[in-house]
Amino acid sequence: MKNTFKRGTTVGTVALGAMALLLTGCGQAPAPAGGGSTGGNAAAANYLGCIVSDSGGFDDQSFNQSSYEGLKKTVADLGIKMKEAQSTTKADFEPNLNQMANAGCNLTFTVGFLLADATKKVATADPKLHFAIIDDNSIKLPNVKPVVYDTAQAAFLAGYTAASVSKTGKVGTFGGINIPTVTIFMDGFAEGVAYYNKQQSKNVQVLGWNVASQQGLFANTFDIIQEGTKATNNLIGEGADVVMPVAGPLGKGAGDAILAANKGGKDVKLVWVDSDGYLTAPTYKSILLTSVIKTMGDAVETIVKDDLAGKYSATPYVGTLDNGGVALAPFHDLDSAVSADTKSQLATIKKGIIDGSIKVESKSSPK
Amino acid sequence: MSETQAVKEPVPPAKEGQGSQVIREIMGGNALISVLAVVVALVIGGILIAVTDPRVATASGYFFADPGATFSAIWSAVSEAYGALWRGATYDPTARTWQGQLGIFETLTFATPLILAGLAVTLAFRTGLFNIGAQGQIILGATFAGAVGFGMHLPPVIHLLVVILAGAIGGAIWGGIAGFLKARTGAHEVIVTIMLNYIAISLVLYLLKNQLKDPNSTNPISPQMDDNAVLPLLLGPNFRVHAGLIIAVLAVIGVSWLLNRSTLGFEYRAIGANPKAARTAGMLVSRGYITVMLISGALAGLAGVAQIAGTEKSLDSEIAGSIGFDAITVALLGRSKPWGTFFAALLFGAFKAGGTSMAVNADVSIDIVAVVQSLIVLFIAAPPLIRSIFRIKAARREGASA
Repeated sequence: MKNTFKRGTTVGTVALGAMALLLTGCGQAPAPAGGGSTGGNAAAANYLGCIVSDSGGFDDQSFNQSSYEGLKKTVADLGIKMKEAQSTTKADFEPNLNQMANAGCNLTFTVGFLLADATKKVATADPKLHFAIIDDNSIKLPNVKPVVYDTAQAAFLAGYTAASVSKTGKVGTFGGINIPTVTIFMDGFAEGVAYYNKQQSKNVQVLGWNVASQQGLFANTFDIIQEGTKATNNLIGEGADVVMPVAGPLGKGAGDAILAANKGGKDVKLVWVDSDGYLTAPTYKSILLTSVIKTMGDAVETIVKDDLAGKYSATPYVGTLDNGGVALAPFHDLDSAVSADTKSQLATIKKGIIDGSIKVESKSSPK
Repeated sequence: MSETQAVKEPVPPAKEGQGSQVIREIMGGNALISVLAVVVALVIGGILIAVTDPRVATASGYFFADPGATFSAIWSAVSEAYGALWRGATYDPTARTWQGQLGIFETLTFATPLILAGLAVTLAFRTGLFNIGAQGQIILGATFAGAVGFGMHLPPVIHLLVVILAGAIGGAIWGGIAGFLKARTGAHEVIVTIMLNYIAISLVLYLLKNQLKDPNSTNPISPQMDDNAVLPLLLGPNFRVHAGLIIAVLAVIGVSWLLNRSTLGFEYRAIGANPKAARTAGMLVSRGYITVMLISGALAGLAGVAQIAGTEKSLDSEIAGSIGFDAITVALLGRSKPWGTFFAALLFGAFKAGGTSMAVNADVSIDIVAVVQSLIVLFIAAPPLIRSIFRIKAARREGASA
C-alpha cells in the first residue's frame, strides 16, 4: 500500500516536471562557469555524511524525516556532501549500509532501533567508518554513537497541559506498536496527568495507557492511517477530549477523526509527537494543542560538526529537556486555551525536571 | 454423469472459467513479450529518471537557447543511474573494498527467495490457480523454521534439515488451507489467499509479542537462530550468498521435472488448461487443487527458510518483505516456466541489488525500480486483462474461447 502511494508521488513529480519543461524552456543559457564558488572549507567539501532510513522512509513526518532534514540542513550549513538510502523492509538495512561503506561515508546515520543489528555488523567490519544510530542504545562499539531521547520528560509536560485543558476529565493516547520508543511518550503523558491530579486535587483519567501494566491501546501498525482514525474515535467515544497519537503517520488519521468529531459538536484537541505538528501537519492547526518534539535535526548537525572537527566520540547523546533534545512545542493557535496559571506551572515543572526535583520515570527511558 | 460428478466435485463459481482463461492468456505469451516488457519498462523508467533529475530541469530552462545541454544532461542522468544499477548488480570497480565491488553475489542473494516463491506462484498458475498468498506462506514458513531454529538445539546438519523441513511444512499448511477450501467449497483462491496473508501477518505479530519473543529484547523480534540452524554461507563471511541458492536451483529442476515429466504434473497442466475437461477425463480436480497448493505453499515456505536461515537470522514481522508479491511478477515475467521464473528472479534480484547502488551513487530514488517492476507487470498482464474486461476477442485466438 505504501509502495503504491510512493509510486503515485513519483508520477506526480513527473507530471510537474513535464509542466516545468513546457513552461520554462525559453530561459537564457548560462555563461560557461568560471571558477568554483563553493562555501565551506576543503575538509567539509570532502566530508561525506550519509543516512539510512528504516522502513518508514524519509517522508514519515517522524524521526526519519527529522533526521533527514537535519542532515540536509547540515549540508547547507557546512558544505559537506551527503548520500541517502531508504529502506522498505528489514532486509534492505544491511545492503544499504554496505553501499554507504562502499561509497566511503565518513559518518552514517542509521535511523531506528530496527537497524541495530545491521549497524553493528557493518561497523564491526569497518572500524574506520563512523556511525550514529538514532533511538537505540544497545551497541557498544568505539565507532557507533547512540542517539537517544528521554522523551518522557517532554511528554510529561504535554500530559500536564492536556489534563489542565480537559473539560470531560478524560484524556486519551494510543500507540502504533507496543515498543519502548512509543510507550516512553505514553508513560510521560500519563505521569504528567497524574502529577496534575496530585497538584490540583483533580481526577483526570488517562484512556489508552496504563503505566503500571505497560498495556494500552495500540493500532498495531505504523502504515494504515485509518487505524489511527478508528483508535481516536474509540477514545472520543469514551469521553476523551485531548488525544495524543504516538504512531507516526497515524497521527493524520487521529487529526481527521478529531476534525470530524468537532464538526459534530465535540471539542477535542490533538497533541502531536516527534515534530511540531503546527509546521509539519498544518491541516490540524485549529485543533493542535501542542507537540512533544524530539529535535533530531540539531543532534544530527552537532554530531557532524564534532566529527568534522575530529571530536567524534561514541558516548551516547541523550536528548533531554535540559539540553533541548526534547521539548514541548508552543501552543500556537490554541494559546488562549491554556491558562496563564498552567503556563507558569509548566515553567516550574520544566525546571523541576531539569534539576531532578521532579522525577519522570519510564521503563523505556534511556539509561 | 455430470450430475454425479457434481456431487463429488462442487462446481466452482461460473465466473471462474473466465478468470482462469485470463490467467492462461497472461501466461501463454512467449519469451519475446517478456523481454520487450522489460525493455519498454526500462525506457519509461529512464524517462522518469530524466524528468526528475535537477540537472535536466535546469538545462531545460534554457532549452531553446542551448538544446544540446538538455540532451547531454538527460544522457548523463540516465546513464549514471542505469550505470550505477548495472554496476551494483554485477561488478563495481568504484567501490571502496573488493567485497563491495562484487555486487553479483548480492544479486544472487536477493534472487534466492524470489526463485523459490516465484516457483510457488508458477506451479499454481499452471494448475489454473492464482496463488496471491505466497506472502503469507513465506511468513508461515519462516515462522515454523524460526521456531525450530531458535527453539530447539540439535546437532549440526540435522538441525538445518529440521529447519528446512519445518519451513516447508509451515508454508504447505498455509497453502493447503486455500487449496482445501477451493476443492471442497469452491471458495476462490484469490480471496482466500489474500485473507490468509493478513491472518499470517497478524499471527506472526502475536507470536512475536508472546511465545516467540526474544526475552532479552523489548521489541517484537525473535531470538537469533542457532548456529547449527542457519544455511551455510557459500563464499565465506564477506558475502551474504548462502546455501539457499542451491536449494532454489534444485527446486527449479524439481518443479521442471514435476510439470513436464511426471503424471502429477500432467494432471496439473490438464486441470490448468481446462478443469471441466480434466474432470471428464477422470482426473480428481479437487485432489489436484489440494496437492498443488500444498506443494506451492511448501515452495513459498522454503523461500521463508531462505530468508530466516539465510539472510535475516531472526524472525520479525517484516521477514517476507515484498517477496510474496514480487514473486507474482517474477512468475508472470518467467511465463510460468520454471527456468523462466529462475531468470526472471535473477533479474529482479539484480534490480534489488543495483537499486540500492543506484539510490546511493546516482541519487535516484529506489522507487524508480518499483516503477519499472510495476510497468513490467502492466505490459505483460494488461493486454489480456483489457481484452477480457471489454470482451474483445484476440484476432488470432478465434475459436479458442469456449
